[in-house]
Amino acid sequence: MLSFILKRLAVAIPTLLILVVFSYVIMYAAPGGPFDTERTLPPEVMANLEAKFGLDKPLIVQMFNYVWNVVVHFDFGPSYVYKDQTVNDIIAQGFPVTLTYGFWSFVVATVVGMTLGILAAIYHNSWLDYLAVGISIGAQVLPNFVMAPILTLVFTLWLGWLPGGGWQGGQWQYVIMPVIALSTSFMASIARLTRSSMLEVLNANYIRTARAKGLPMRRVIFRHALKPALLPVISYLGPAFVGMITGSVVIDIYFSTGGIGVFFVNSALNRDYSVIMGITILTGALTILFNLVVDILYAWIDPKIRY
Amino acid sequence: MIFGRRTAKSLENADLAPTIEGRSLWADARIRFFRNRAAVAGLVVLILVALFAAFGAYVAPWSNEEVDWSVLGQVDTMGRPSLASGHYFGTDELGRDLFARTVQGTQISLMVGLIAAFIAVIVGTIYGATAGYYGGRIDNFMMRLVDVFMSVPYMFVLILLLVIFGRSILMLFVGIGLISWLDMARIARGQTLSIKNKEFVEAAHAIGVRPSTIIRRHIVPNLLGVVIVYATLLVPNMIIYESFISFLGLGVQEPNTSWGALISEGASQLQYGTLWMLLFPLFFFVITLFAFFFVGDGLRDALDPKDR
Repeated sequence: MLSFILKRLAVAIPTLLILVVFSYVIMYAAPGGPFDTERTLPPEVMANLEAKFGLDKPLIVQMFNYVWNVVVHFDFGPSYVYKDQTVNDIIAQGFPVTLTYGFWSFVVATVVGMTLGILAAIYHNSWLDYLAVGISIGAQVLPNFVMAPILTLVFTLWLGWLPGGGWQGGQWQYVIMPVIALSTSFMASIARLTRSSMLEVLNANYIRTARAKGLPMRRVIFRHALKPALLPVISYLGPAFVGMITGSVVIDIYFSTGGIGVFFVNSALNRDYSVIMGITILTGALTILFNLVVDILYAWIDPKIRY
Repeated sequence: MIFGRRTAKSLENADLAPTIEGRSLWADARIRFFRNRAAVAGLVVLILVALFAAFGAYVAPWSNEEVDWSVLGQVDTMGRPSLASGHYFGTDELGRDLFARTVQGTQISLMVGLIAAFIAVIVGTIYGATAGYYGGRIDNFMMRLVDVFMSVPYMFVLILLLVIFGRSILMLFVGIGLISWLDMARIARGQTLSIKNKEFVEAAHAIGVRPSTIIRRHIVPNLLGVVIVYATLLVPNMIIYESFISFLGLGVQEPNTSWGALISEGASQLQYGTLWMLLFPLFFFVITLFAFFFVGDGLRDALDPKDR
């Protein structure tokens, strides 16, 4: 097991480094710098600014300094646009929010999706099955940026039940719509995956054997069917996580939740390189870490995998 | 002797055209596809949407850039969808005709979806077939690279690219094309692994056909069925990506527009009660995605031997 984890780490770390180098190089190659303003600054001021942020050194040195600071001090440097804030400040400000509704979305998508899929498979071809299939097909065409306006329309403008945006320290009224908007399409995918893999498992010979032995249906499902049926679903959790991180950008913009996504898009529009870099690296690291966890989980649960 | 209609028909065909064409894999697939009602309905919807995109501009009395000054400032009352004013779908908040803009958005979104899927098919198939055919260390390296790309939050990288190289449709194509081929490469590789052990590949190898020719002449044509299925399922996903980017305002720029941009504009006007700005683009977005998914599923049932 340990050697398996080490082997995966040996892939994960270079991946992250490639991401850092790649984004740094294209950032460096980009036309226009962070200090290009409407009126051109005097060359001396420009030189001072560049010296302050270390932009006058050669690319390799800059990159090395950056990576060194990130890895050793966990310091993403100052923001070029928000003059009095460092990237770390911005991340510390926005990240807890993103994590909160991201976590709940993940829980909702997984739990509801799996339950729906399992029930649909057990009661195959019943109204429950059709309902589940209908929901999962419908939700497929409702990505977060479509769900968000629809939810606001119904729950804020028509029914007036929920506030249309804001965060207020994460009170439940403010969390509901972001969570629903973010989780719907992933819930649908998880439900569909679970259903088809559960159906396959329920038709397997060993399930027939278990039932022939006279085990009650509940026991057959929980003891024999569930584990193998959920394996393909686990491998989908990685991509789902990436999708949710990405989707958080839309959520932050649309619901003004103040998460990391707002900063990302604003920095993208203002060419605030250090903030974009910081957020890209952070989400990249999280994604890679999460994929690692999923892989290990998979290997741990699936007895067929020898590592 | 009483024949069923289908039997009678097939006998008739057998008499008239005694070639084997009528029973080829593709003909079989076509028959299976047209028996699937959801898939056929999806195909019809797609054709209608394509016609809308192609000829909608000739129907609209207004162009997509023209501002109707008479409705400006009172869009919520004067800009309603009506046949009399010529704004069939109403106007947007700037008094531009939403029908013409939806036509244009449909054109751009469809184009992005199709081109990105096209890039994915070309690059992904060749990449995956090559990796799968050569195997061993080359395969290992090539697929590791795909793993690396896949574990990156690509949407962030895509936004990075758009910021740095300018927000243009071309860059959007390049950026989306850059990530769209990864899944296709995996699928193509998986299929290649099973195809390359077939006798006809062995035979080709035995008579000294070069590996690149084997891939081109023997492997890729046999991948085609699966590739077509996944390409059809890829188009809606690419449309979603593009709309996502445009929703954030980082994709297509004014005066061009796309479904994502239109949905975003409509959504930002919700509180003024001008619902049509959201609902018309949303309607086209949703039915097109539905149609693509249904057609894709239908094609899979028709072409993918595994699911028969």
